[in-house]
Amino acid sequence: MLRYWPLVVKNALRNRRRSTLTVLSVAASFCLLGVLMSMYHIFFLNPPSPDQALRLMVRNRISITNVMPASYEARIRQVKGVQEVTVFQYFGGIYKDSRDMKNYFARFGVEPARFFAVSPHYRIPDEQKRAFETERSACVVGLGIAQRLNIHIGDRITLVGDIFPVILELTVRGIYENPSDDGGLLFDYEYLRESMAQRGRGQLDQVGMFILRAESPEAVPSVIEAVDEMFANSPSETKTETERAFALGFLSYLGDVKLMLISVCGALTFTILLVSANTMAMSVRERVREVGILKTLGYSPHAVLGIMLSESVLIALLGGMLGLGIAAAIVSAMRHVPIMFVSLKRLAVPPWVLAGCLVLAVVVGVASSFFPAWNASRRPITTCLRFTD
Amino acid sequence: MAIPISYNVRNLVVRKTTTVLTVGGIALTVAVLVAVLALVEGLRSAFEASGRPLNVLVMRKGSTAELMSVVTRSDFQVMKFKPGIATNRNNQPMASLEMVTMINNLGNGKAAEGMNINLRGLTPIGIEMRDQVHLISGRFFEPGKREIIVGKNIAARYPKASLGSRVRFGRGQWDVVGVMDGGRSSASSEIYADLNQISADYSRTEYLSAALIRASDPVAMQALRNNLEGDPRFNISTQSEREYYESQMVSATPVRFMGLLVCVIMAVGSSFAAMNTMYAAVARRSADIGMLRVLGFSRAGILTSFLVESVILSVMGGAVGCLLALPLNNFQTRIGSFVTFSEISFSLRMTPEVMAAGVGFGMLMGVLGGFFPARSAAKKEILAAFRAV
Repeated sequence: MLRYWPLVVKNALRNRRRSTLTVLSVAASFCLLGVLMSMYHIFFLNPPSPDQALRLMVRNRISITNVMPASYEARIRQVKGVQEVTVFQYFGGIYKDSRDMKNYFARFGVEPARFFAVSPHYRIPDEQKRAFETERSACVVGLGIAQRLNIHIGDRITLVGDIFPVILELTVRGIYENPSDDGGLLFDYEYLRESMAQRGRGQLDQVGMFILRAESPEAVPSVIEAVDEMFANSPSETKTETERAFALGFLSYLGDVKLMLISVCGALTFTILLVSANTMAMSVRERVREVGILKTLGYSPHAVLGIMLSESVLIALLGGMLGLGIAAAIVSAMRHVPIMFVSLKRLAVPPWVLAGCLVLAVVVGVASSFFPAWNASRRPITTCLRFTD
Repeated sequence: MAIPISYNVRNLVVRKTTTVLTVGGIALTVAVLVAVLALVEGLRSAFEASGRPLNVLVMRKGSTAELMSVVTRSDFQVMKFKPGIATNRNNQPMASLEMVTMINNLGNGKAAEGMNINLRGLTPIGIEMRDQVHLISGRFFEPGKREIIVGKNIAARYPKASLGSRVRFGRGQWDVVGVMDGGRSSASSEIYADLNQISADYSRTEYLSAALIRASDPVAMQALRNNLEGDPRFNISTQSEREYYESQMVSATPVRFMGLLVCVIMAVGSSFAAMNTMYAAVARRSADIGMLRVLGFSRAGILTSFLVESVILSVMGGAVGCLLALPLNNFQTRIGSFVTFSEISFSLRMTPEVMAAGVGFGMLMGVLGGFFPARSAAKKEILAAFRAV
């Protein structure tokens, strides 16, 4: 088969404009397919890292705006299989001008030492970590947010509370890096408690969320059950779920993302098929007489069929590769844009998407040219030679 | 004289395979666009239906959502006797003090258990002020009883919240005594209960969420808002209920942005495909073009003729695309509001405007894809055109 290769390439190059347009058209669809499938991967398939799988979020069963008694923390810590637990209090608040979406990022109150014990994947220099642990009004910000808003160590940040009626005056003491998401700010929960007490708002004895770290992956299911069991039938029942399940809950804010991605991908696959089939139908039709000549020269119907299918596969593969190349570029640009609370920092075109798209290109190439090529290869020589377009 | 359109139509019929494939490609692109637009339109109409023009929403200064706002009962007692407030048949001021919180425990406990549902505590006058709300089964809750009425979308989606069942939140069980239909408004995705019962459960009898006040007429509305905002006793700001819901359209921004991006890239691909088809048409009809020129048709006439053919092709694509997306009309879906952090159910709406936009978009692809081939047809020299095979 390989010896027909030069003929295949020559055929593909004969009508360069058509081949180029087809490749570009197929590339546009494959580019989108690559981007959307990568998004699907990171949202729904990406397996959590071993470390992430150990982290569990505990919230009030009723909803994330409902709170739980702060005393839960000590009781959760005693559950068998729990290594460490920290308060994780959403603060919200307004930083500078809230109308500018640029200034929108997540702010959480945590217990510094415990938080880093729960989240060892946060990379932060030791002296910065110590500064955050010792200074009450210190805060640390993610590298992503620091770069976006030009925040440096030593800067002062003022957060005007909207849920909590306080103003937090914070000093940046550290910049952390988190491989999956560094678009947030963390401050000492104790500072929030003190600020509330100073404002005469009494003791803050309710907490929005806890994060806990299980000792081992095996302990995770039993920890989830034990924690939720412990507070069942109390005024504040809890819901414990993995970090990943929690993040997916936020994704549903965008609507039925799964359905949207799948249906658009389906439409794109059909588009590729139609475009490719159209091109092949046109080029086979133009070449019926040539098929007659090839056959006269002794090419078997199978060889003719193979040559035409190869040409179509070649064009579809070129389109696929070009499209995936563009997709990779788009994906790396998208990494810096968070969607709601779901970080796209780790967005990349995964290998199975690459492989899947290339396989799809081959399948589309064959499927789109099979019928015209089959018909042409079966046509008797005399009718081929007599054929006029 | 222009070249008759029947010439183009007959050509499209002769090349039916190519025509169908090209129309199909354009149709899929248009279908995706129309689906995105129908989604945005459905959401817009849901928010529009939720805000009544004469209703003024009072929230704490700086709050963007009822959920985070605080309005005290004592302030409300003063507010409701301000001038310019409409009265009902019993001569009571149309002012409703409300408490909004969220619940998220109606799912079946699986991972994707959906989003937060707005739980609204109000008094009978609050229901009266929502003209679009009426019961479809059961009865309204009775003041002083632990009873709730649920929006029809909630009842349909969560078996746990159907008529006659009991729901657990706050400090205990609540009976579902009625299902309400709020038309397209957000009330269809909310749960209503007695204000005093709810606020007692959440220990917020004094600190409620917001006040809804109906002005007697548009002029009085502005005066009322000025009066309320200018009153030094309150720390509040006002907006019309309509503005409040319109501001929630930002929730559609990510979907709209991604959807339009997908459409634009798909459109580029489809234009290339249309271009391919038209170039092939031009090449095959070289002799026709020569003949037309000999008969005295101008270059401009030829250009127009091929452009018209491309536009016919793409308008058919647009129409088929609209037909493909038509079953999505009234398709029920939901999206999370970034403002209220709760979900709103709405139906996709295929309005004539949406479909016109789809056909227009298809036409644009035809013009873009058809222009260069048409120009190359018009540029052909007569003799060369006849000689081409």
